[in-house]
Amino acid sequence: MPLVKAGRIVEDRFVRVVDDAPVPDGAAAILPAARFLADAHELVLRQAPIGVVWPNDRKVAELAPYLDWIALVALVFPNFRDGCAYSQARLLRERYHFRGELRATGQILRDQCLFLQRAGFDAFELTKAADAPAFVAAVQRYSVFYQPAADGRASTLTARLARVPQHSPS
Amino acid sequence: MYIYDDFDRTLVQERVREFGDQVSRRLSGELTEEEFKPLRLMNGVYLQLHAYMLRIAIPYGTLSSDQMRMLAHVARRYDRNYGHFTTRQNIQFNWIKLKELPDAMADLARAGLHGMQTSGNCVRNVTTDQWAGVAPDEIEDPRIWAELLRQHLTLHPEFSFLPRKFKVALTAAAHDRAAVKIHDIGLRMHRNGAGETGFEVIVGGGLGRTPFIGKTIKPFLPKRDLLSYVEAIMRTYNQYGRRDNIYKARMKILVHELGAEKFAGEVEEEWQSIKDGPLALDPAVVADIAARFRYPQYELLADNPSELARAREDNRFRLWLDNSVTNHKVAGYAIVTLSLKPEGGPPGDATAAQMDTIAELADRYSHGEIRVGHEQNLALPHVAQRDLPTLWRALDGIGVATPNVNLISDIIACPGLDYCSLANARSIPVAEEITRRFRDLDLARNVGPLHINISGCINACGHHHIGHIGILGVEKNGEEYYQVTLGGRADDSAELGTILGPAVPYAEIADVVEDIATAYLELRARPGELFVDTVQRVGVDPFRERVYAAR
Repeated sequence: MPLVKAGRIVEDRFVRVVDDAPVPDGAAAILPAARFLADAHELVLRQAPIGVVWPNDRKVAELAPYLDWIALVALVFPNFRDGCAYSQARLLRERYHFRGELRATGQILRDQCLFLQRAGFDAFELTKAADAPAFVAAVQRYSVFYQPAADGRASTLTARLARVPQHSPS
Repeated sequence: MYIYDDFDRTLVQERVREFGDQVSRRLSGELTEEEFKPLRLMNGVYLQLHAYMLRIAIPYGTLSSDQMRMLAHVARRYDRNYGHFTTRQNIQFNWIKLKELPDAMADLARAGLHGMQTSGNCVRNVTTDQWAGVAPDEIEDPRIWAELLRQHLTLHPEFSFLPRKFKVALTAAAHDRAAVKIHDIGLRMHRNGAGETGFEVIVGGGLGRTPFIGKTIKPFLPKRDLLSYVEAIMRTYNQYGRRDNIYKARMKILVHELGAEKFAGEVEEEWQSIKDGPLALDPAVVADIAARFRYPQYELLADNPSELARAREDNRFRLWLDNSVTNHKVAGYAIVTLSLKPEGGPPGDATAAQMDTIAELADRYSHGEIRVGHEQNLALPHVAQRDLPTLWRALDGIGVATPNVNLISDIIACPGLDYCSLANARSIPVAEEITRRFRDLDLARNVGPLHINISGCINACGHHHIGHIGILGVEKNGEEYYQVTLGGRADDSAELGTILGPAVPYAEIADVVEDIATAYLELRARPGELFVDTVQRVGVDPFRERVYAAR
C-alpha cells in the first residue's frame, strides 16, 4: 500500500504499534486511539514523533488538547463510500488548527484524492498501487472550486468578489 | 435564467474529462463495478433493467431553448428518440451505451448541461418553484439562492460521500409549489417585521419507506447565513447519520431518532463556530450571481387583449386556456403549462421532435425559456397573452395541449418495472389506463383538481405518500398488487396519505380509482369542495366502504 506525500511515493517512517505492544524508543510510532488517550500525558513528552489512529465515529474534539504534541493523525475510511472522516479532517485543520501530518487510511481511490486533499489531508495510503503514479494528475484535474475548504485554494466566492468592480450593475 | 460564466463552464468540462477517464478505467477492468458505482452514480449514471440510464440535472427547472435542443439531440443520437422528465426537475435517458456516455456528456456540456450529483449519496439537484421569477405570489426570485446553493454544494469535498442521498428544495412563494416539507432541507422565504427577507429552515422531510414531514428548526435565517447554516446541517448529518443500515441512513431518520430539538441544538452549536467565517455571504457575491440571471425585456401590454376574447369563442381553446394558462406577474403575459400527460401515454415523456418544436416555440413566444415542474410537465414562462391562440394551435399540433393540468389524468409516476431494477410493479401502464378511463374531460373537470401519484416500489420516486390518491406497487406471490392511500398532500398543509385497505391486483387498480372518483362525487359537500378536502372532512372510511363493498 504506497504512501504518497507531496505528490511522491515516500517511505513510511512511522511504526504501527498494535494494542498493548511496547512503544519503541526513539522511533516514530502510531498508536491506536484508546492506547494513546490512556497514556497521553507520558506519550506527549517523548522525543520521537508520536501519531494516533483516530476512528471515524469518535469526536476529534477529544484529541484537541494534545494536538500540539502529535506529529500525525491517521483518519480511517472503512470503505470508500464512508465519508465521515472528511468532516473530521476539516475540523482538525480548520477548527483545531492541527499542523501535523493528516493521513488518509483504509480504502481510498485516486478519484477521491482531490476531495481528501481539500478536506485537509496531506498523506495518502492508497489502496491501489496504480493510483500512486496517477496521484498528481488526479489532484490537478480541477481548476475551479466552488467552495472554500481546508486546502487554502481560492474558491469562486472570493474569485468572483475580486472581479466585482469590473462588473457594471445591470 | 442563470448564464454560466467561465468558472461554471470550466468546471463542467473538467468533470466530463474526469468521467471519460473513469469510464475507460472501468472498460479496461482497472476499476471494479463496485468501485465504479459511486463514481458513475455521482454523474447520474444508473444501471437499469435493460441498459444504463443517464439523468441530467435541470437546476431549479429552468432550461434555455438551446439546452432543450441539446436534449433533443442526445435523445436522437444516443437514445431511442425520447427522454423522460422526472419529479425532481431532471430528465432521464433510458437507453444509453456505457462507451458512448462520455460523448453524450461532452455534447451536453457544450450547452451547460451535466449529470453531476443527480444520483448517489451526495447533494442532489436543488429544486425550486417551477414558476420562480414569474409567479405573482413570490416575494423574490428564489433561483438566485438556489444557484448559490447549487454552486456551494457541487463537488463539495466534505459532503460527496454522505450516508445517503440529500435533497434540497426552496420556495419564495405564498403557495409552496416545491414541496419543501418533504426534503432533507426545505427552505421557505419569508419577510420579517423589519422588511428583510430570509429563510425558514425545515429539515428531515422525505418519502421513501419511512415518510416524514419536515420540521422547522430555524424560523428565520438571515440571507448572509444561508451557506454556513446549510454547511452546519450537512456536517452534523455527515458525522452522525447512520451508515450501518441503508434504510436508516437518510437525514430524516437522524432527525427523528435525535428529535428535532436536539438535532437543531447540534446544528446551532456547529453553526456558531463557522457563521462568521468564509461562508458568510458578502452582498457583492450575491449581487454578482444575481447579475448573471437574465430576465426578458417585457413589452408594455394590457391583460385580456382582443385576440384572446375572439379566440375564446372556440370551445377547445377556452378549455385549454382555463386549464393550462396561469397568471403572470407582468400584465399582458401568461405562464403556459405544457401537459406531458396525453391520453394513454407515459407521464413525463417527450420525443426529440417535441423537444425541438418546444424549443422553437420558446424562442418565438417565451423569450427562449422553458421550465420543468415536479409534476412532470413543462411550462413556457413568458408568453404574451395575444400570442396564446397561435401558440395553442402549435402545442396542440405536437400533442402537448391536453387540458388536463392538475386534473385526475395529470398523473405523476415513476418509471416502474418497465425500466427500473428496484420496482415491484409497473407504474406507467397503470397511469396510461387511468388516463383512458378519464378521457372524457367533462368528467375529469367535474372531479376537479386531483393529484394521483404512482410509485412502483416503496422507494417512492412517484411520491405516492403525498398524492391525493397515492398508488404504491407491491409484490404479492409474484404478482403485481397496488396499495392505495387517500388524502396525502404536498402543499402548505402537507400530509401523508392514509391507507384505504388491502392492496388490489393490477387488473383492478383503474376500477378502484374510478370507484374513488365516483364516491367523491357523491360525498362532496358541494361541487367546489376539492377531493382532498372531502377526504379530510369525511375520512377514508366512506371511501373504503365503496371500494371494497363489491370486492
